[in-house]
Amino acid sequence: MSNIIDVENLSLEFLSGEQRVYALDNVSFSVARGETLSLVGESGCGKSVTAMAMMGLLPKASARITSGRIRMAGTELVGLPERQLQQIRGNRIGMVFQDPMTSLNPVHTIGMQIAEAVRRHKPVSRTEAMQRARQMLDLVRIPDAGNRLTAYPHELSGGQRQRVMIAMALACDPELLIADEPTTALDVTVQAQILELIADLKAELGMSVLLITHDLGVVAATADRMMVMYAGRIVEEGAVERIFARPSHGYTAALLRSLPGHGTGRRGRLTEIAGTVPRLDRQLASCLFAPRCGFAEAACSASLPPSRQVEAGHRSACIREAAVFDAMRDNDIVKGWTS
Amino acid sequence: MSVLLSLSHVGKDYPLARRGPFQPRRTLRAVDDVSLEVAKGETLGLVGESGCGKSSLARLIMQLEAPSQGSVSLDGMDLAKLGKSALKRARRDFQMVFQDPYASLNPRMKARAIIAEALHNYGMGTAAEVAARVEELARQVGLGAHLLDRFPHELSGGQCQRIGIARAIALNPRLIVADEAVSALDVSIQAQILNLIIRLQAELGLTLIFVSHDMSVIAHVADRVAVMYLGRIVELGDTDTIFSRPLHPYTRTLLAAVPTPTPAARGRRTAPAGEMPSPLSPPSGCHFRTRCAHATALCAEAAPALREVGGRSVACHHAQTLYLPTDAPEVVHA
Repeated sequence: MSNIIDVENLSLEFLSGEQRVYALDNVSFSVARGETLSLVGESGCGKSVTAMAMMGLLPKASARITSGRIRMAGTELVGLPERQLQQIRGNRIGMVFQDPMTSLNPVHTIGMQIAEAVRRHKPVSRTEAMQRARQMLDLVRIPDAGNRLTAYPHELSGGQRQRVMIAMALACDPELLIADEPTTALDVTVQAQILELIADLKAELGMSVLLITHDLGVVAATADRMMVMYAGRIVEEGAVERIFARPSHGYTAALLRSLPGHGTGRRGRLTEIAGTVPRLDRQLASCLFAPRCGFAEAACSASLPPSRQVEAGHRSACIREAAVFDAMRDNDIVKGWTS
Repeated sequence: MSVLLSLSHVGKDYPLARRGPFQPRRTLRAVDDVSLEVAKGETLGLVGESGCGKSSLARLIMQLEAPSQGSVSLDGMDLAKLGKSALKRARRDFQMVFQDPYASLNPRMKARAIIAEALHNYGMGTAAEVAARVEELARQVGLGAHLLDRFPHELSGGQCQRIGIARAIALNPRLIVADEAVSALDVSIQAQILNLIIRLQAELGLTLIFVSHDMSVIAHVADRVAVMYLGRIVELGDTDTIFSRPLHPYTRTLLAAVPTPTPAARGRRTAPAGEMPSPLSPPSGCHFRTRCAHATALCAEAAPALREVGGRSVACHHAQTLYLPTDAPEVVHA
């Protein structure tokens, strides 16, 4: 399978005054055509920064890509002039954000907003763009699309607003859809609807999806492959079935153990991840999860563990990978994927 | 076990603005005829989706709103009948933990002052005694003493939520209402706060009402669960009973829609078609009938009352039939 996007050794830092934050450290991954890749991690781990870097949406004044490349089907995106970037953003890569209310313009009808996205990229008339908007509302299963074109965002429910966001992101037939926590603000039944919609559209339109989420349940339900991110680094990546069946990083294990309702018994003690996310004010010289990790030994803090292959297509940056896997054998979630 | 909190036919109507000068004033019924009892030391989980009335119910229990119908009693005392000063005295017994750990703390006050505020309000001892109590509370909630002199913005979400909890338990309440207390937190921090709440409940003998939209959190903490849909309780019973064998079609839909990290969840279609109807004009009879695959003419005519079926209370005309094993779907799927 060919890749739609390749990110290679991407490092990125933010500068504010004298302060320097190393937000991404040597992030490498590829999204294959037609695949759903999920990026998982907690707040501040760099998930959204990765997406924003791919879209070229980071503030130029404070964010600086220090190394690495982002190539979209052969075109290098890092350092591309803004005009050319605009041709790619929204056209070949579409993006859906977490909060549909704040991402829509409250004073324009949804029809206008979708049509604007179309006219920005395609040489079409107003009427044609509006027709396209109508088609898009049909595509995302908004009932009575013709009349809904003139609705304002506040007249729609949260689920419908997110459908509109998806319609807007897909209006120019992008090859890649980046969905950044698209269902986090939604109720579970609406979340299920939106996730099913994204999966259906992916199959219908033959696009690739990069799904950013903090919810391992969402990953299990929708993704083909997943990457676990911690403190600006990808610590584990592989096929979803394999990571759940053979978690190979202390952080992945900790995430799985801290989920309520799996093997801890009701009111049983959940495994906490002690401490807090580290400050990223210096360059990495050791495993940043080691201070919070139940598996850590002296070597973890001595040097930065490289990413190594655990099995075909499954990589982990953990020197205690064997011990992690051994300890996780009797975890209820892991057992569910191995039996 | 003795009953601590008792809700009897509690309802809350919010009047809305007229649409025109001669239009009738509309009302939104946020909570509709809710009756339930919470025993001392028990944890009741209140689940449902946005707009189902769970937060309104929490606010009614906290006396932040007055019920339009029915009564809320704590230990047999009708809270709505209390005068202002008697209610203030009674408030020591029930306290709340809020969802947003930052928004619920005063950004201009240091942690120490936030926790001490409740103690000062109730004249709980001299300045020295209050200071000592604040340090004790900080220890109880696992907040390092050095953090007491920081402002909320200098603390993490988990630390702020610990302050919120310390403030809630400062007056030795008997009942804590936690409204989405862990929803804004990352899973690892969520685990810390859930462990803390469960530990404090055991240590202090607290009764807990845990409001959440997160089924796995409710399954973890609650002894009993009340499932709400459009202002009404549709199913009420022991957590294990409800989660292992939900009866109400809405409860079944809700539980099926939760994405779980299991292989069974892959590619499975669980989303119900349609959306929750507007609470401004809920369907007649059973509110869920418009989305329910089992609905019949009876469901449109009469609202089902909560009744005992299969070891829990359920408000469904067809609960008896649904109790029999079947493969039929609960809703028309999207």
